[in-house]
Amino acid sequence: MQATRDFSHYVRHLGSGLSHIDLAVEGVNCAGCMSKIERGLSALPDVTLARVNLTDRRVALEWKEGTLDPARFIDRLAELGYKAYPFEPVRAEAIETEQASFLLRCLGVAAFAAMNIMMLSIPVWSGNVSDMIPEQRDFFHWLSALIALPAAAYSGQPFFRSAWTALRARRTNMDVPISIGIVMALGMSVMETLHHAEHAYFDAALMLLAFLLAGRYLDQSMRRKTRAVAGNLAALKAETATKFIGTDEISVVPIAAVQAGDIVLLRPGERSAVDGNVIEGQSKIDQSLITGETLPVKAGPGTAVYAGTLNLSGALRVRVSAASEGTLLAEISRLLDNAVQARSRYVQLADRASRLYSPVVHTAALLTMLGWAAYGATWHDAIVIAISVLIITCPCALGLAIPAVQTVVSGAMFRTGVLLNSGDAIERLADVERVVFDKTGTLTLPELDVTNAVDVPRDVFELAGRLALASHHPVAAAVARASGARTPLAGAEEVAGQGVRGFVRGLEVRLGRPSFCGADQLANEILHRDPEASVVAFRHGETRHVFAVRQRLRPDAASAIATLVKAGIEVEILSGDREPAVRHAAEQLGIHEWRAGVTPADKIVRIEELKRRGVKVLMVGDGMNDAPALAAAHVSMSPVSATHLSQATADLVFLGDHLAPVVAAIGFSRKALLLMRQNLWLAAGYNSLAVPLAIAGLATPLVAAAAMSGSSVLVILNALRAHSGARELC
Amino acid sequence: MEVLVFLVPLALTLGALGLAGFLWSLKNGQYDDLEGAGWRAIADDEPASERAPSAGSGRH
Repeated sequence: MQATRDFSHYVRHLGSGLSHIDLAVEGVNCAGCMSKIERGLSALPDVTLARVNLTDRRVALEWKEGTLDPARFIDRLAELGYKAYPFEPVRAEAIETEQASFLLRCLGVAAFAAMNIMMLSIPVWSGNVSDMIPEQRDFFHWLSALIALPAAAYSGQPFFRSAWTALRARRTNMDVPISIGIVMALGMSVMETLHHAEHAYFDAALMLLAFLLAGRYLDQSMRRKTRAVAGNLAALKAETATKFIGTDEISVVPIAAVQAGDIVLLRPGERSAVDGNVIEGQSKIDQSLITGETLPVKAGPGTAVYAGTLNLSGALRVRVSAASEGTLLAEISRLLDNAVQARSRYVQLADRASRLYSPVVHTAALLTMLGWAAYGATWHDAIVIAISVLIITCPCALGLAIPAVQTVVSGAMFRTGVLLNSGDAIERLADVERVVFDKTGTLTLPELDVTNAVDVPRDVFELAGRLALASHHPVAAAVARASGARTPLAGAEEVAGQGVRGFVRGLEVRLGRPSFCGADQLANEILHRDPEASVVAFRHGETRHVFAVRQRLRPDAASAIATLVKAGIEVEILSGDREPAVRHAAEQLGIHEWRAGVTPADKIVRIEELKRRGVKVLMVGDGMNDAPALAAAHVSMSPVSATHLSQATADLVFLGDHLAPVVAAIGFSRKALLLMRQNLWLAAGYNSLAVPLAIAGLATPLVAAAAMSGSSVLVILNALRAHSGARELC
Repeated sequence: MEVLVFLVPLALTLGALGLAGFLWSLKNGQYDDLEGAGWRAIADDEPASERAPSAGSGRH
């Protein structure tokens, strides 16, 4: 049965007789790749657009409708040496892209207005001490108002909206004092202009907006970049299913195009991408991603399989079911929902600062007004001075203090292979006291590995690897991977449930069960030494060898754990796997606290118990059974090989085979928190200098402009220090 | 000071033109791929013979 590939799900019809598809491409990182791909694809007839986006690592393609099969592009890219897969923009990403371009538009408008008003303000400032006549000054003020009012109304929207939402929910955030400050500054300036007064603060209000918008935009664009990379990784995992479109006709379709009731084929060695029940076939399945249990289970008609289940031996026909009540998956989703709801709303550092900040500043302004009135000033003067206090304390530096650090740190994390899923993860990660690891796929590599490669002669190993390429079985795949073999042995055939065999120069070669190769005794010796290993035997004529295959720890797991322990962070293993396997891993890594055979519900219980003791827990896990625990923990992390559910739940995702990114992420976030605090203190220091000036009535527009830009630049420079020296845990 | 009659509108018009240009480039998708745009500037133009080797290598 040769399957056709059907990517029509991803194709968008543009209406003018053109079709459009977005492909995520792996390995595009230079100008050479860009032109190679664009030329290679444009050379296909009827392609009207082929454009690489180097930032997002994607290709946009358009062609005349009905002339080309999208699979053709993927094949062409494979010929050029790039792995590609259709990409479906997720809603969250589309919304963020929309927000980013709105922020950039606001920033453009605010910057334009700020510069033009500054151009008008400088003559006023210099004119005030020389020979400017009041009519000219008024004229310049009116011109400033003409630019400032519409510009502020447009570019202030992000702040006004957020402040309004917060106030309606009877909360306060940093945007509330910002909005009050801007509105007051503009209102007072208009009043002053009407009364032909000397000072107007249009420039300060717009400059404040421009600075704050720049901070927000940078913060957001960094987050968008990580999301794009995460989206590509998800697309490149190529979650497809082989669907029956006739009784014996199959087609490879993306998961999104599979519906409940469809029948899919699950070949040996394939991981199921859907939930359903077996209707035909016998096999062994590995549920380790779902339950954490690494021992295979028998499957036959009626057995339930879940997304993430690995089919080991025989082909299965599976009827897709909607996630129904009473299944393990439904149970996990229920636990997950509860955990997400129960997750105590973490109050971000910026919001905590603003809770303290708003009352202090607004009281100070009120007292200033009353004080001046009591001192004998007119109400008009008292109000003007009070508002100038609000303007000068308007949290310019405070608004930048945290986004600036976040941008720099998430950029640095990105380069070490850590992607941020949630915005406040950095702050939460910084005060982690205990790391709870899942074992399978987290401390160990997601794929199996040959452990006794050194015992087998090089040439035998390579021959076995070439033979293994003919098999889909994960154990055989591990042998093929470890041997580095690339060319499959010609004429090899699979013997169902036994192994593969072929011929080399007239001699039969076999790879498979020990009994299939007559190597039971050798296999038993290995199993006696290492009962946790899986064995696969190889026979070439009369020479026999047995490979021991097992999950291997991540290469730097021991050193990463040691670093954590040295930094005073406690480490614990919480695994659904059997006791001997967990004990073995714990002993190798020197971890004293471990629990085996833990169910998803027990994992939450353990996390909750730690939480009650006041311990801040970082949960690192990859299986579907870890998802509820990931949501319940103070902060969570997943390897990129994790199931979709876990990855979506985790606050951070790390790439690659190493555990080092976990340690690095904690180091970076600690440094970040330190810098955020420093920045807040810098901002507070600035206020303590500037506020007395304002209260004394000395805050002219010139002083306000200088103080604001000075403090903003100081805070940004301090944030840039996050780049260096954050690798070690501090 | 009559010069203000010209200079102020001129300054505002120039500023508005700059803003319009920025908004146009934003709408045009010129900020979608900042990394790639940098490389495109220095990439060689596609030579006319570039497509030939795959199609007509036998002619040489």
